[in-house]
Amino acid sequence: MTFVLDHIGLETGGVRVIDDVCLTLEPASLNVLLGPTLAGKTTIMRLMAGLDRPTTGRLLLDGQDVTGVPVRKRSVAMVYQQFVNYPSLSVYENIASPLRVAGLAKAEIDSRVREAARVLRLDNLLQRMPGQLSGGQQQRAAIARALVKQAGLVLLDEPLANLDYKLREELREELPRIFSRTGAFLVYATTEPSEALLLGGSTITLREGRVTQVGPTSLVYRDPVHIDAARVFSDPPLNELAVTKKGGAVTRVDGQPLARADFLSTLPDSAYRLGFRAEAASIGAPSADSLGFPGKVLVTEISGSESFVHVGVGVGTWVCLAPGVHDWAPGQAVNVNVDPRRVLVFDASGRRVAGRAPERAAAAVGSGARS
Amino acid sequence: MTRITLDGIAHAYGGKPRTEDGYQLKPLQHVWEQGLAYALLGPSGCGKTTLLNVISGLVIPSEGRLLFDDRDVTRLPTEQRNIAQVFQFPVIYDTMTVAENLAFPLKNRRLPQGVIDKRVAEIAAMLDLTGDLGRRARGLTADAKQKISLGRGLVRSDVSAVLFDEPLTVIDPALKWELRSKLKAVHRALDLLMIYVTHDQTEALTFADKVVVMNDGRAVQIGTPAELFYRPEHTFVGYFIGSPGMNLMPAEVTGSSARVAGFEFRLGDAYSALPGDGSVKVGVRPEFVSLTSGPGLPVQVRRIADLGRKRLAYVNLGEHALVASIPNDMESIGDTANISIDPANTHVYVADIRRRGAPA
Repeated sequence: MTFVLDHIGLETGGVRVIDDVCLTLEPASLNVLLGPTLAGKTTIMRLMAGLDRPTTGRLLLDGQDVTGVPVRKRSVAMVYQQFVNYPSLSVYENIASPLRVAGLAKAEIDSRVREAARVLRLDNLLQRMPGQLSGGQQQRAAIARALVKQAGLVLLDEPLANLDYKLREELREELPRIFSRTGAFLVYATTEPSEALLLGGSTITLREGRVTQVGPTSLVYRDPVHIDAARVFSDPPLNELAVTKKGGAVTRVDGQPLARADFLSTLPDSAYRLGFRAEAASIGAPSADSLGFPGKVLVTEISGSESFVHVGVGVGTWVCLAPGVHDWAPGQAVNVNVDPRRVLVFDASGRRVAGRAPERAAAAVGSGARS
Repeated sequence: MTRITLDGIAHAYGGKPRTEDGYQLKPLQHVWEQGLAYALLGPSGCGKTTLLNVISGLVIPSEGRLLFDDRDVTRLPTEQRNIAQVFQFPVIYDTMTVAENLAFPLKNRRLPQGVIDKRVAEIAAMLDLTGDLGRRARGLTADAKQKISLGRGLVRSDVSAVLFDEPLTVIDPALKWELRSKLKAVHRALDLLMIYVTHDQTEALTFADKVVVMNDGRAVQIGTPAELFYRPEHTFVGYFIGSPGMNLMPAEVTGSSARVAGFEFRLGDAYSALPGDGSVKVGVRPEFVSLTSGPGLPVQVRRIADLGRKRLAYVNLGEHALVASIPNDMESIGDTANISIDPANTHVYVADIRRRGAPA
C-alpha cells in the first residue's frame, strides 16, 4: 500500500504555487517536508488531505485515484502549529470528539481515549478544560485527538513550533514512535533542519513550491544534489564561495587564487560554487590539510552546547562551529580552516558536481530504527 | 551611568505568603551593572516576565526595593524611570518614515537636530536600515518593522536601561541569525544596560554577558554562558541549558569515586560528608560522555540519533538512561558498547544544588 502524489500542481490566481510534485509515501513511514516559510509545505498537506483540489496531477491511494474525494470521506488527521481544542469540552471529550462524530460505541471510545491519553501522558488531565492546560499540554491533547482517529494519513504541520524548546526536544523524540505504531502515512512539516535530522525518516526539501530532493534524511543532509537543497537543509546558513577554474588554476570571486584546490582537480574549467556547513569550518592555526581563510570575528552565537562563530572573510560572512561554549571577541583576527573533504561543489546552475563522498550515509539510512 | 539593584525583590499576590511556594517571584538579591547585557531565561510561568515588569514599573513588587543607582524607583510609574522598551510585536508609526520613527524618542526629548540626525544615522547603520531611512514604515515587512522597533529602543543614549520582551518572536527563523548577531554587535558598540527576556536558550546565551536562569519563580543561577555550561549550580540549569541537557544519575559518592547502578567511575574532585538519603546525584553533560571501542563502563545502546554535525547515542547504564556523544571516526555501533566519562566535567548535586568538592 502506497500513497502517491503524481505530478501534482496547483495554480491560484494565475500563479503556480505548487509545481509538479511527485512523491511516493510508504505505510508507517515518516516523511518530513522541510522548507522555509512559503515554500509550500502547508499547501502540499492540504492537497494531500483533500482540503484543496490540485490543478494538475492525481493522488493515488493504493493505486486508486482519490484526487476528487473530499476530506470528510478520507481517513485523515491533521495537527496544526496553533493548538486547536474545543474550549468548552474537557480534555477527555476533546480527544473523544472525532470518535463520537464517527458514531463509535461508548466502550470503544473510552478505551481508545484512555490509550491515547496514556501515550501522550495526559492521563491525569482528562477532566480538565483546555484553558487550564499549559501550551504543551494543549498541543498534546490536539495530537491525542489525531491519534485516536487511527487515520490512514496523519499530517503534522509544524506541531511543535509554538512550544518551549525543552518540550520540543521531548515531543520530537516521542511523536514518530507514537504514530509509527499506527501504520499511518505520517507527514511532518518543519522549517528547521535540526528538527528534520532529529526526526529521521525521509526528508523532502522544498523551495518555492518545488521538490528539490527526496531521500533518507541523513543522506539528503550529507549528499544534497542541488545548492537549493543544501541551503534549505543548513542552519546556520550554508557558507558559500564562488570560484572559477581556468587552465588548472582556481580563482576566488575576489580575484585571489584558491590554494589547496586539489579537490577540484578532476573538474573541467568552469565557474563553480563551493558550499560548506558550519561543522566543516573551524577556527585555528593554518594547517596543511585545510583551506585557510584569514578573517575577523563579527559575533559568536552560543546554542547551549555549541558556539557558532560568524567570521567576515572578505568574500562574505561565514559561520564556523566550535563544540562547547566559547566567546571570541568581535574584531578579533582569526584563521578559518575549511575541510576540503566536506566541501560541496555545485556548477553555475546549482547542480552538485563533486565534493566529498557522503561519509556514513549508508549507515545513517537505518539510524533511528532501533528504539 | 546606571546600576540596577534588586534589593530583596519578591512578588506575591494577596499579602506575604507563609511558605516560599506562595511567591510568584521568590526573593532576589542582585546588582545589575551598567554596560552589561542580561538575559532572563526560563520556561513559561517561571517568573521572568514578572521580573521584567517589576523593572519597567508594570508590577509593583510586594516586597523589596528596586534601585536605579541610589534612587528608589520601586513605586515610580514607568514614564519616570527613564527606560526604553522593545516588545514582541513592532510598535511604530506607519505614516512616518523610518528616519522619523527612529528620531521620535529623541525629538520628544527636544534634542538638537544635529544630534538627532547623527544618532539616527548611527543606529540605522548598525541595523542595516540606512537604505530605508526615507521610506514610509507602512509598506515594510514584519521583520523590517521589528528592526525599526529595536532601533527606537536603542536610539537614546541616556536611558537607565533598555528592556526587551521576546523581541524576535515575529522574526522569520532564517533572519533570526542575522538579528541576534546584530543585537550583540549593537550592545558591544553602545554602553547601555540591557535586559532581555526569552525562553530561547540560543537567544539568551548569544546576547547576554550574564544569564539569569529562572524556574518556578526562582533565579536558580546567574552566570556567564560558559559558567552555565561548564558549572551548572542547579540540576535545572544542567537540564535546561544544552540540547540535550545534562545526564543526571542517582549515585553513591565516596571521595572522588561515584557508584551508579553497580558501576564505578572517577570524579574530578573529592567529596566528603554527603548525605546517605538518596538525594545525591552525579551530573555530566552528553559532550563529556563518549562512546568508545576501548575500555569503559558497559552500556546498552537504545538508539542512535544522527544530527548531521554530530551523532548522539541514547544508552542505558544499568537502569539509568544516558545520552553520550559518538566520536566522528567511530563507524559500526552494536547493541552494546562502552562509555568513558570525563572526570573533570562531572558534578555532584545534593537535593539539586551543586556541591563543591576538593581537588582529588
